[in-house]
Amino acid sequence: MNHSMSKLAVLMIFLSGPVCAQTTAVIGGTVHTAGPAGTIENATVIIEDGVITAVGKNIATPSGAIIVNATGKFVTPGLFTPFGQLGLVEVGNSAGPLDAVQRGDQFTAGFDIADAFNPRSTLIAINRIEGVTRALIAPRSQGADGEGHTSHVISGLAAVVNLGDQSAPIDKRAAALVVNLGEQGAGLAGTSRVSALLVLRNALDEALDYRANKNAFERGQRRDYNYSVADLEALQGVLMGDIPLLAHVERASDIEVLIRLAAQYNIRAIVKGGTEAWMIADQLAAADIPVLMGPTANLPSSFDRINARRDAAGLLIEAGVKVGFVGSQSQTHNARNITQSAGNAVSEGLSWDEALRAITLAPAEIYGLADQIGSIEAGKQADIVIWPGDPLELTNYPEKVFINGDAIPMISRQTLLRDRYMQTETGKPPAFRH
Amino acid sequence: MSRFIVVLLSAAFWLTACTKDVADDETSVPFAGRYQPLPGVTTLLRGATILTGTGSRLENADVLLSDGKIVAVGIDLDAEGAEVIDASDKWITPGVIDIHSHLGVYASPGTASSSDGNEATAPVTAQVWAEHSVWPQDPGFVTALAGGVTSLQILPGSANLIGGRGITLKNVPGRDVQSMKFPGAPYGLKMACGENPKRVYGGRGMAPSTRMGNVAGYRAAWIAAADYRDKMEAAANGEGEPPMRDLNLETLVGVLDGEILVHNHCYRADEMSVMLDLADEFGYKITAFHHAVEAYKIGDLLAENGTCAAMWADWWGFKMEAYDGIRENAALVDQAGACAIIHSDDAIGIQQLNQETAKVMGAAARAGIDIPPEHAIQWITRNVATALGIADEVGTLEPGKMADVVVWNGSPFSVYTRAERVYIDGALVYDRNNPAGNPVTDFSLGTSSLTGGAR
Repeated sequence: MNHSMSKLAVLMIFLSGPVCAQTTAVIGGTVHTAGPAGTIENATVIIEDGVITAVGKNIATPSGAIIVNATGKFVTPGLFTPFGQLGLVEVGNSAGPLDAVQRGDQFTAGFDIADAFNPRSTLIAINRIEGVTRALIAPRSQGADGEGHTSHVISGLAAVVNLGDQSAPIDKRAAALVVNLGEQGAGLAGTSRVSALLVLRNALDEALDYRANKNAFERGQRRDYNYSVADLEALQGVLMGDIPLLAHVERASDIEVLIRLAAQYNIRAIVKGGTEAWMIADQLAAADIPVLMGPTANLPSSFDRINARRDAAGLLIEAGVKVGFVGSQSQTHNARNITQSAGNAVSEGLSWDEALRAITLAPAEIYGLADQIGSIEAGKQADIVIWPGDPLELTNYPEKVFINGDAIPMISRQTLLRDRYMQTETGKPPAFRH
Repeated sequence: MSRFIVVLLSAAFWLTACTKDVADDETSVPFAGRYQPLPGVTTLLRGATILTGTGSRLENADVLLSDGKIVAVGIDLDAEGAEVIDASDKWITPGVIDIHSHLGVYASPGTASSSDGNEATAPVTAQVWAEHSVWPQDPGFVTALAGGVTSLQILPGSANLIGGRGITLKNVPGRDVQSMKFPGAPYGLKMACGENPKRVYGGRGMAPSTRMGNVAGYRAAWIAAADYRDKMEAAANGEGEPPMRDLNLETLVGVLDGEILVHNHCYRADEMSVMLDLADEFGYKITAFHHAVEAYKIGDLLAENGTCAAMWADWWGFKMEAYDGIRENAALVDQAGACAIIHSDDAIGIQQLNQETAKVMGAAARAGIDIPPEHAIQWITRNVATALGIADEVGTLEPGKMADVVVWNGSPFSVYTRAERVYIDGALVYDRNNPAGNPVTDFSLGTSSLTGGAR
């Protein structure tokens, strides 16, 4: 019981603020950098002030450094789950607000989901002790509520967060603008997938008009817009190419429409879902449009996904498309299962290194953060995970996780529940075991 | 094409012969099963690591299949006349069984017109049978087969307190559900605790709208069933007229008589405990709690009652009653001496029950509990067969049992492993290395499943 108490105390201290950064040397492990250096056996990783300062063989250990012996272990970058609602929801159904869903006529691209992020959510610890250190958190759509209001075709702005330092959890606001096309967009627009496209085109056209006539608009000498100034301002980032348009879209023909739309407006796009993306992999590669997908989603679960196949991830990557993996079943509570996604992609022909990149470096590249995170390279933030064996194997769980250089406590609400019910010797009810 | 003709011929034969099967019974069985094994050859699988499902692991061992049955499992078996398959570097297990599937009743594609799993028009609908909703062309049956699943129970959904009968199927392609029915398997009865019934009916301003309303609803149903049973028995003894046949009560009486097995969707430990007392009150047994996200809190109670817990590896938090889910759930239930099962409730999950099991093994190891592969495999084979009442036929690799066998291209608990050959009643129904010979549903014709979807 004292042991559990002290673990909880560690957790509480951690929750109260960042731990002071120190110099750490991870020595002896097989480092899978996910970067240009590839895999380095018996390597050393030096972490100073939260940043990786050196990686490689025969690196001197700075005096006073905390030594972490990883001999015989796998060392990987922290995992980056490229889509979900971590920290935006505690319990999905009938249990409080759904902060990721916005209903009503205005999408307000000023609907910036970062302001809803709760770094103290139980989901954070549960996922980071299994290696997830970064996440894209995204607004999402939902069908009609009791009063018939659906959410908007344009869901709002997503953000990249880290699962460590709670004083500065937001890595990047407006990392993407989330929109719903295809079947999903049709449901939100009311009738057709064309209606959803029209909503999007109208918003982009108004934003262009606003940009060209801003002064006139402010003097009241320009027509009224359907969208608020906050919306139109946020859309400028999309039109300037700073904010990618992250589109939920599954069917090949809808993805082709998205490719044309992106070219027409000269904007960057990301495909989310992309069940049939493999059919037009060459077009996606040529347009430099990445795909976020769950590799095990192999069923024709709707008519937009008729040509689902289990080896799609490998086909896309082989064609030169950048791919990030999400879970096929849960992208939020079990974001940690992206390792299972990656492992399954390997079993269907993808190389192990590419699979690791799809849950580390590729998401960092997709969201424009590859200069800071995503791989084990000097100069990057120190998100490091030490595994007893192959991280993609389902029987392996991390032994140590560093986020921004801090070793996080390997405790979550789930480990506390586990430990409580693994003790059976006490005569008192479980409530006394903590 | 030729295989299809064989199926037709054998089905035709069975139509003329089926009355023999029910000759012992005074009443004819409605919707009687017409399952006929596909043609197979005597096969020797040689040199594999074998997890027998009985808790044993054999190295460099063989399995001999003939006439649809397992003939022998052991070292250096005699292979005379058999097709010999080199299974060195492979692992062999019993066919995987899923106790909780909605394939066919919530088929792919998930359109409103094929949403046939919940008769959510009244809280007690024991009169509906899942088999009458099963669409055999659901592509999910084939992808599940590629995941090593040889038998599965199709259940109604959990909108209702009592949702109707479940049916256990052999995972073979059929033109109709009758030709997939597992011969002699008992029916299941789907019951549901907690949030779902009270949300569905409470949302309409009717009962149940609370957990206490749920329990009142079950009790009223069992009171009616006991009364119906008593009147039927009295009439059989010449005391009064029998009541008009009532399909709802007839199924519930089947439970009270021990012929139909209760599969009870229930998440929270305290609710499972209430349901066990409810079963005591009316004299029936709960065969298995399904989902059982908090089963680890009451492993001792489950063991005492002989009730299995069928669980996901790690689903949690999608609703309040799933908030306390932990990855070690199945391992802790197992440690308490209760019957642990890993189930899917999902068309993707059913394809990777071996992987789901692996996640629990790893989590258990992290907590200091060693679950070796030969033990873990029972969570998706023998324990499931026991809870479905078919353990005399399947669930382990033992002579005389149906030859439902999976050859994996590695340890089934590695993420990189795939089912390579799947035998059902001794017939090779799926061969990963010969896609052209594998089944494709009508729905999937002309789609990528021919080339990749069900590889």
